[in-house]
Amino acid sequence: MSKGVAVADTAITVEGAHKKYGDKKALDGLDLRVGRGTVHGVLGPNGAGKTTLVRILSTLLRPDAGRIEVVGHDLVTRSQEVRFRIGLLGQHAALDEELSGRQNLEMFGRLYHLGARHARVRAGELLERFGLADTGRKPVSAYSGGMRRRLDLAASLITDPEVLFLDEPTTGLDPRGRAEVWAAVRSLVGAGTTVLLTTQYLEEADQLADRISVVDRGRVIADGTADELKALTGGDRIDVVLRDAGQLGAAVALLPLAASQVSVDADRRLLSAPVTDRMAALSGVVRALEEAGIEAEDVALRRPTLDEVFLHLTGDDRGGDQRVGDHRVKEAA
Amino acid sequence: MSTSTSTSTYATSRYGTRAYALTDSWTMTRRELAHWARQPVQVVVGLVFPVMLLLMFGYLVGGGREVEGGYVDYLVPGMLALTMAFGLEGTMLAVTQDLNKGVIDRFRSMPMANSAVLVGRSAADMLQSAVSLTVMIGVGYAIGWRPHGGVSGLLGAVGLLLLFRFAMLWIGIHLAMVAGKPELVQAVQILVWPVGFLSNAIATPESMPGWLGTVVEWNPMSQTATAVRDLFGGPGGERGHVWAAVVWPLVLLGVFFPLAVRRFRGLSK
Repeated sequence: MSKGVAVADTAITVEGAHKKYGDKKALDGLDLRVGRGTVHGVLGPNGAGKTTLVRILSTLLRPDAGRIEVVGHDLVTRSQEVRFRIGLLGQHAALDEELSGRQNLEMFGRLYHLGARHARVRAGELLERFGLADTGRKPVSAYSGGMRRRLDLAASLITDPEVLFLDEPTTGLDPRGRAEVWAAVRSLVGAGTTVLLTTQYLEEADQLADRISVVDRGRVIADGTADELKALTGGDRIDVVLRDAGQLGAAVALLPLAASQVSVDADRRLLSAPVTDRMAALSGVVRALEEAGIEAEDVALRRPTLDEVFLHLTGDDRGGDQRVGDHRVKEAA
Repeated sequence: MSTSTSTSTYATSRYGTRAYALTDSWTMTRRELAHWARQPVQVVVGLVFPVMLLLMFGYLVGGGREVEGGYVDYLVPGMLALTMAFGLEGTMLAVTQDLNKGVIDRFRSMPMANSAVLVGRSAADMLQSAVSLTVMIGVGYAIGWRPHGGVSGLLGAVGLLLLFRFAMLWIGIHLAMVAGKPELVQAVQILVWPVGFLSNAIATPESMPGWLGTVVEWNPMSQTATAVRDLFGGPGGERGHVWAAVVWPLVLLGVFFPLAVRRFRGLSK
């Protein structure tokens, strides 16, 4: 990332953030810079420090060390100024379940000191905007997951915050709920809001984020656009799906690919490897399979997924079998 | 409505949380009142439960009890104190529930006076207790209890009872902050019974074995009950006990109020 970004264009600056829980280091010198009006994805597995980062940025936790600024205000010394300019959508709905959607929004509006009348008007606007205007007196506990998420998002937007933090916003939502949240995020960004989004779903970061920081063990281990990160693993890959999983071993030995870089997924009868020359690799593989009499169901060239990027960045020192996101990837020995 | 008009309004909003401490506390109190409106049955059960205890002890258990000056006049002030003591578990339950829900994160990430979360809770609980006291006094009157200390005695007694409740409230908040889990609320809900009954609320210490009587007399709740009996001019009252009923709750507050506030601030650690 270029160091030349002007300060005025920076919405969030994190330098050397540390946070410990007892002996456990949740953040271990994390650095981050998020440009104004951009969507920044923070990607990492469970326990990488993503939620700790969001809780610190939204003033719920105090960092042990580090310099953090949000829209030009020091997070620790000027937390009230920061609080007026941020919205938070955490992993769990931050709503009063016993009250109705309207009661919730009016209450939060009053607590933002909008005044009773303005809070009422604002609640009405937001209910309308998020398709919740007809929920009446129904308590939030009776809402569907998607409705709750929308109300939660509405509550985060009462003051039209400059920065919105989304902590795994679509975890636990069905595909429709997920699409709704994504649409809402895109429209916010269209209106100039800066969004910092944590996710375990690589697809989500890929879909929404302008830039992505890959976080592991409390620090950023890679940073860039989705394409830049994908380029890190060495460009394109070839996927070969065999008819018979028993022939995977033979195929790895046989194919004109660097055996050490081939990953094998027995469940899907799949082997996958990076390639440099796309066409040469494709024809070489097809020819080799034919000659050896190994039947393939599919052979395809593709760009690497962020899963592979993540494994590439973190995987080597942790054994061959690791779960990341929704995919199980086994590294060949 | 357009974003620009809204933004300008918010930009001129004040950040000063102290200036808004009262308004925010009132908003948080209103939140509790809205909960009551949503759960009228729960509210009524909360009010009826101590009444039920009073009637049970007054008629079922107390039938065979002899206290000089009349058992009902002895029992009613004791049950008033017990009702205040049992308020502890209600406070603890409510705070525990709040802490275990995401909504506390929203409150804490907003530019509101953070104290309002606890002050609003206190105000609502004190209001509930005042209503409960009124109901209990009404029922006590109906079953034949009479205050003999005049209006000032009545007001003084209610004041002492609410002071005691206020101390219980902050113990409840502190316990919720320490325990933090709904399972532990259950333990406290059970424990308030022996602690509540290890007092002079229902039986005179003289009627108990010596060591038990001593424990009972030291129970802060007994101090309040004795002082209230005195102010009502009924049996079991002792002159000069009012100071103990003022000092004990203040001591408890002196310990648990700062502890609870520290715990609350410590949420950001």
